[in-house]
Amino acid sequence: MEKIFGKTKGLTDVPFHYCPGCTHGIIHRLIGEVMEELDIIGKTIGVAPVGCAGFSLDFFSCDFVGAAHGRAQAVGTGIKRAQPDKLVFTYQGDGDIAAIGTAHAIHVAARGEKITSIMVNNAVFGMTGGQMAPTTLAGQITTTSPYGRDPGLVGAPVDLPKTIATLNGAVYVAAVAVDSPKNIMQAKKALKRAFQVQQLGLGFAFVSILSTCPTNWGLSPVDSLAWLRENMLPVYQMGELKVPEEVKRL
Amino acid sequence: MKKKLIKGNEAIAEAAIKAGCKLFFGYPITPSTEIVEYLSKHLPKAGGTLLQGEDEIASINMCYGAACTGARVMTASSSPGYSLKQEGLSYLAAAELPVVVVNINRTGPGLGGLGPCQSDYFQCTKGGGHGDYRLLVLAPSKGQEMYDYTLAAFDLADKYRNPVLILADGFLGQMMEPIVLKDRPDAELPVKDWVTDGCLGRAKRKIASYSLTNEIGEQNNLYWEGKYQAIREQEQRWEEFRTDDADYLIAAYGTCARIAKTVVLQARARGIKLGLVRPITLWPFPEKAFAPYRGKVKGVLTVELNTGQMIEDVRLALECSVPVSLHRRLGGMLPHEDEVLAALIQQFNIPLDREV
Ligand SMILES: Cc1ncc(C[n+]2csc(CCOP(=O)(O)OP(=O)(O)O)c2C)c(N)n1
Ligand code: SF4
Repeated sequence: MEKIFGKTKGLTDVPFHYCPGCTHGIIHRLIGEVMEELDIIGKTIGVAPVGCAGFSLDFFSCDFVGAAHGRAQAVGTGIKRAQPDKLVFTYQGDGDIAAIGTAHAIHVAARGEKITSIMVNNAVFGMTGGQMAPTTLAGQITTTSPYGRDPGLVGAPVDLPKTIATLNGAVYVAAVAVDSPKNIMQAKKALKRAFQVQQLGLGFAFVSILSTCPTNWGLSPVDSLAWLRENMLPVYQMGELKVPEEVKRL
Repeated sequence: MKKKLIKGNEAIAEAAIKAGCKLFFGYPITPSTEIVEYLSKHLPKAGGTLLQGEDEIASINMCYGAACTGARVMTASSSPGYSLKQEGLSYLAAAELPVVVVNINRTGPGLGGLGPCQSDYFQCTKGGGHGDYRLLVLAPSKGQEMYDYTLAAFDLADKYRNPVLILADGFLGQMMEPIVLKDRPDAELPVKDWVTDGCLGRAKRKIASYSLTNEIGEQNNLYWEGKYQAIREQEQRWEEFRTDDADYLIAAYGTCARIAKTVVLQARARGIKLGLVRPITLWPFPEKAFAPYRGKVKGVLTVELNTGQMIEDVRLALECSVPVSLHRRLGGMLPHEDEVLAALIQQFNIPLDREV
């Protein structure tokens, strides 16, 4: 029988540890496919965060480094400055990049650091048990916003791609979701472009991906996808916020 | 060989270039700033890269990333900045990454002041960051040693795959002295067959510090303990001055050791047999230097620019077999030689053979 679909070479055979229905796995697969298609596995170094994606260093087949909470982009900067001919990407949760790592998120973009950062936004701190993140929606109940997030007290959700897009060094910024086949295909395109921007040495590339956390949202995997669609998509600006001409032509 | 009149901080920066340091990540803070300034000017010309990070946390983590690729890398700061680097240092130690870090100690706590101070001793020698880890800590006492120990620090970092710290005070950082700009000695160093620089043609590698199970966690801690024990055995360094027939000792490092040398000569002129033990490595603390004096001398005076921090290690090294006492100045003040001698005489009730 002819094989028409298989595991990407960008991923190892280590089984994912993510909860059932968690979309971290889909995003991993997309990045693995992009690395395989661009033929860059051997020259890519990934940086893992703290959070649910902390073990991602076992799952991708490229070299990987585990950073401290929020520091992945500073670590990525060090790797890239030491090895400018390699591709460097950070894979971070919204808590990792938009809470503790905010300073690095801003400055890596301001410097136009030639790395690719991927933010997986599930609107909570997943690993520590569903606490409020800067990305938590207004009214959303979490373990540290048990009465629902009150923007009057703790501020409205942070739309990081919008902020990053205002910085000159950020040349590619996209906000995508992995809730439907169509959106998954768009997410893959964005991820590919984010790596191509780096290959061309144009500057900083950032992809924010809306993702689910069925465990901490207390919803089934299918209901989680619906919740993402109904509640997150209207709040966050979606699409390619910034695309360089060079990449559009590719 | 070329001799140059430069600041202690510049000596460190110049030595880093000579040692083959290819990347420096820093954030300015007095009295260490000349290091980042000097390297901004000279490292790119030597084929290296300098990047001013957004803060000390970024800088130490940039070092972490660069070290993962096998490059020689350094960062430098002063006390409040060093505090911020502690998070990264714990991770560097756990990931076994060779990085050279400089702390030109200023006064504290808090924002403190800019004067010479040794109040970061605990922070620098007892961990500081979380977890059970150790850094090699080298303490120069003059400009030439700022240069020489920096050369050595890069080799030690590679040899043990561990961060190495140069700890000096603002006085040493700022003072200009003639310095011989030696080349790095040829030393056999282990091959870096662990780096993450792209897996083309080999199996993938990873560098991380997380232990998935308590069993692995314990194994890791035991492994590191073994490494730290080997460093303890092999790397204790110190200098002794006029200790052969000493009745009394001064224990002092850095700037205080410099002052103490004059005190030793002055004491001897007054008939007091005084010697100096100067720790060069503050971790591993040179217990071997003090061991022969256990129960043998009448008293040991530690001279420190803090309220008494190294004194604890001196007492431990002497196993409390002789009286150990402290003379200190604080907040950026330096002790005068006469004052130290007077403290020695008074604290140990030393009878004077002759007046000078
Ligand atoms: C300095 C520090 N503070 C706090 C933590 C605890 N912690 C671990 S993961 C995490 C949040 C991660 O959330 P996110 O980045 O959104 O990733 P997710 O788990 O949702 O994928 C926190 C606060 C830590 N490990 N280190
Ligand atoms: S806790 Fe949430 S984000 Fe983490 S693996 Fe489980 S579902 Fe995914």
